[in-house]
Amino acid sequence: MAIQNKSAQWTPAEVKEEMLRKYPPKVARKRASSILINEALSNTTPEIQANVRTIPGIITMRGCTYAGCKGVIMGPTRDIVNLVHGPIGCSFYAWLTRRNQTDAGENGENYMPYCFSTDMQDSDIIFGGEKKLKAAIQEAYDLFHPKGIAVFATCPVGLIGDDIHAVAKEMKEKFGDCNVFAFSCEGYKGVSQSAGHHIANNQVFKHLVGLNDEKKPGEYKINLLGEYNIGGDGFEIDRVLKLCGISNIATFSGNSSYDQFASAHTADLSCVMCHRSINYVADMLETKFGIPWIKVNFIGAEATAKSLRKIGQYFGDKVLIDRIESVINAEMPAVKAAIDIIKPRTQGKTAMLFVGGSRAHHYMELFNELGMKTVSTGYEFGHRDDYEGREVIPNLKVDADSRNIEEIEVEADPERFAPRKNAEELKALEDGGFEFKDYKGLIPDMEKGTLVIDDLNQYEAEKLVELIKPDLFCAGIKEKYSIQKLGIPMKQLHSYDYGGPYAGFKGAVNFYKEIDRLVNSKVWGYMKAPWQENPELSATYVWE
Amino acid sequence: MLLRHTPKEIVDRSALVINPAKTCQPIGAMYAALGIHGCLPHSHGSQGCCAYHRSALTKHYKEPINAATSSFTEGASVFGGQANLLQAIENIFTVYEPEVIAVHTTCLSETIGDDIKQIRDKAEKSGTVPKGKHVIFCNTPSYIGSHVTGFSNMVKGMTEFAENTGKKNGKVNLIPGWVEPSDMEELKRLAALLNVPITMFPDTSGVLNGPLSGEFKMFPEGGVTMKELKESGDAVGTLALGEWCSADAARSLDTRCKVPCKVLDMAFGLKATDRFIDALRTIAGTSVPEEINRERGQLVDMISDSHQYFFQKKVALFGDPDQLISMTEFLVSIDMWPMHIVTGTPGKKFEKRIRELTAHLPYEVNVKTGGDMFLLHQWIKNEPVDLLIGNSYGKYIARDEDIPFLRWGFPILDRVGHQYFPTVGYKGGLRLLEKILGLILDRKDRDDSEIQFELTL
Repeated sequence: MAIQNKSAQWTPAEVKEEMLRKYPPKVARKRASSILINEALSNTTPEIQANVRTIPGIITMRGCTYAGCKGVIMGPTRDIVNLVHGPIGCSFYAWLTRRNQTDAGENGENYMPYCFSTDMQDSDIIFGGEKKLKAAIQEAYDLFHPKGIAVFATCPVGLIGDDIHAVAKEMKEKFGDCNVFAFSCEGYKGVSQSAGHHIANNQVFKHLVGLNDEKKPGEYKINLLGEYNIGGDGFEIDRVLKLCGISNIATFSGNSSYDQFASAHTADLSCVMCHRSINYVADMLETKFGIPWIKVNFIGAEATAKSLRKIGQYFGDKVLIDRIESVINAEMPAVKAAIDIIKPRTQGKTAMLFVGGSRAHHYMELFNELGMKTVSTGYEFGHRDDYEGREVIPNLKVDADSRNIEEIEVEADPERFAPRKNAEELKALEDGGFEFKDYKGLIPDMEKGTLVIDDLNQYEAEKLVELIKPDLFCAGIKEKYSIQKLGIPMKQLHSYDYGGPYAGFKGAVNFYKEIDRLVNSKVWGYMKAPWQENPELSATYVWE
Repeated sequence: MLLRHTPKEIVDRSALVINPAKTCQPIGAMYAALGIHGCLPHSHGSQGCCAYHRSALTKHYKEPINAATSSFTEGASVFGGQANLLQAIENIFTVYEPEVIAVHTTCLSETIGDDIKQIRDKAEKSGTVPKGKHVIFCNTPSYIGSHVTGFSNMVKGMTEFAENTGKKNGKVNLIPGWVEPSDMEELKRLAALLNVPITMFPDTSGVLNGPLSGEFKMFPEGGVTMKELKESGDAVGTLALGEWCSADAARSLDTRCKVPCKVLDMAFGLKATDRFIDALRTIAGTSVPEEINRERGQLVDMISDSHQYFFQKKVALFGDPDQLISMTEFLVSIDMWPMHIVTGTPGKKFEKRIRELTAHLPYEVNVKTGGDMFLLHQWIKNEPVDLLIGNSYGKYIARDEDIPFLRWGFPILDRVGHQYFPTVGYKGGLRLLEKILGLILDRKDRDDSEIQFELTL
């Protein structure tokens, strides 16, 4: 497939029709509900089909529950030994492949560069792997004496019936000084990484949160939920929070540690970055301990400023509010200087964003700042609330494929539940436009006539690029090279193409520079050799 | 220290693998399948495997790696994945139009016992497989062997289509093993220089080292065709490079089509390349052209020119058995000292071969089959080395222990170029030596005092 006709103009409806044309009828019907043309309907957000099973053979971008649980949520924690119970692949592929940075200090505990596996063999499949798992936990304990050992199930574990929770419990009791707990995150559960997030949230809440009641120093205590410190994003956010005098008790889970999880209930506000992966913990922290949560976004300089002001407004302390303003004032000139140089080169260009479960939305802020238009977006594994906003949650039906994902019941802690704000204070904040426990989703921020596509596949990605010809395509490593072969710059928004940070003020400047580099790179002008551009000989050299 | 929890003292582990020197079967099958022209690999399991395997291969080859998956749900995992695979086959042929789908399995479908052959036959019978198109398959349980086993299984699966028509076609089947597309290109170049007509399978050259031209072809020009695979049964013989990667396929052709085979080491380094060229010219009855003699002479010349820097330098290496065997032989042939050798891939013959190759050395080599990099690191802590050779995961040991590090093997995630420059053959030997020498001399330039620092080395 080659991009030839740069001038072709397609209406969104035609693009959708084109994308569906080649599918078998059943597939076309199913995909039609996941491809949404964003049109203003009378006062309602259009409805999209999401979080449903993947169509076999379609070449999805999606991964599995294990990836969502071990890879995403638990992977970034440095001082827990993450032991994968399964054949070797699952642990191998999740070994240092997500760029969660961590800072353990010179001699602190840090198991992230290690990969631990029970390396199940056929005999373990036949006779069961519990004995080997027990031995592996013992060996990990003897070698490292960690605070915690987390056990992760992979596909065959569920099928052969290994009881990893019983093994974990037994070993925890045996050790006494090492918390051992397990995650039933078999790859086939749910329909994507998303189920793994939920399973991780549940277990972290059950086995870690609330274990340390010790009062942490500092004021204006928050948790930063759903920030994984890819390329140092969390470090940049922490830098800004520190300047403002805001204390971050626990990040879930970039640069995190066992103790952060254990102390999360001592914070006074939860700030949710990635709604999809961590909203479960946010809700449970509120129900059990009385900590309210708000949605924040530190991707984009303006978004960062807005989120900081939101935190300031919540605590309502003038000292804090003034300090936040002075930090914003101090940080913004560098951002503006960069934008002044770069925006003329990016203004009016178009981008497409197809990323996991939150970045397709967050990064629209940065593209807005660059004057770029986001013409199509979508998630791999977002749910309808990530697209349409949390008000649709009561109407969501859990289908047969996701029904077996455990929902845990949480109740107010009889001793430790403490409302952080009284009813009056809450009302005052809400009257002032403050929104607790709310997320409006991606769709409201998309312009009319743009395309929102859930679980985009390889075929649709190529079609989109062919028909709409964006100036930039953002997705992951599996899409990168096929898009670039088409001569379209491609930015990885999972790994950041090994750059970053992109969060906060410094991150915004990094991102502007990177996008300028990509969309204005000379390489895209080299697709054709001179003789390919002008194949006809019009004259010959006269040598003498 | 990155690997700060790795103690010098070694205790036996029976259950816990730390920092594996292997990964699982299906990724090897996926790579092999990409060496068939017009082929879409298909992973019959839950979709996470497929995503991981595509990502790992993409990061190594810096090329698009497309593959489909049956996307098992919990229901399919309990009741069987037949419906998923049938749907997948229909969708793939309709939407992506490959010539062939190459199905491999995962620990999920293997544990539940899906019968791929039966499902494939059903798809063919019901007309889901268009006329003239194919579905090939192999079983690749992740809990047996390693990625190398998976590669071998898929290559063996390719021989299922070979037919013996009773009339030899004068060609030699060359099974290159898991090497880079650039290596496959180099092997084809050598065969062409020898004037030996070959069928190479798998052949990822032209598939995974393609140009950037503004066009994307999911199925580029390269790869062995199904027609060539069919005709491989009429070949005069099969040369299989690498016992672990290629021997099963060669033996299958021998059994099924009476094509005689010879299993050689992978053609890395001087001696293994010598044996490869010698075998090829013997099978085909041709003489070796001057150009190849010249290339060989250049490699010998470079060994002689730089021997003083290689002599008795200690090396630790890890990776896949076929590659490690040839590399060990190459290292001892230039008087380097392999000290610690680890492969994660099982197979008893490995230790034996390494012991044979290093028998003349004045010390006993540390060698472990089914070992891991945690053990390798501990060995290095106990007995330091001058050079580490292995895939990108070695960089953590290299940095902690401050060892010059040659990236070689799979996967190489943090360097570009290996898909373009071969390390097989005499030319590849030159490149390996240049890289090793560069590492050793860079280190010398860094470590020498200002007084010792020299212009000419």
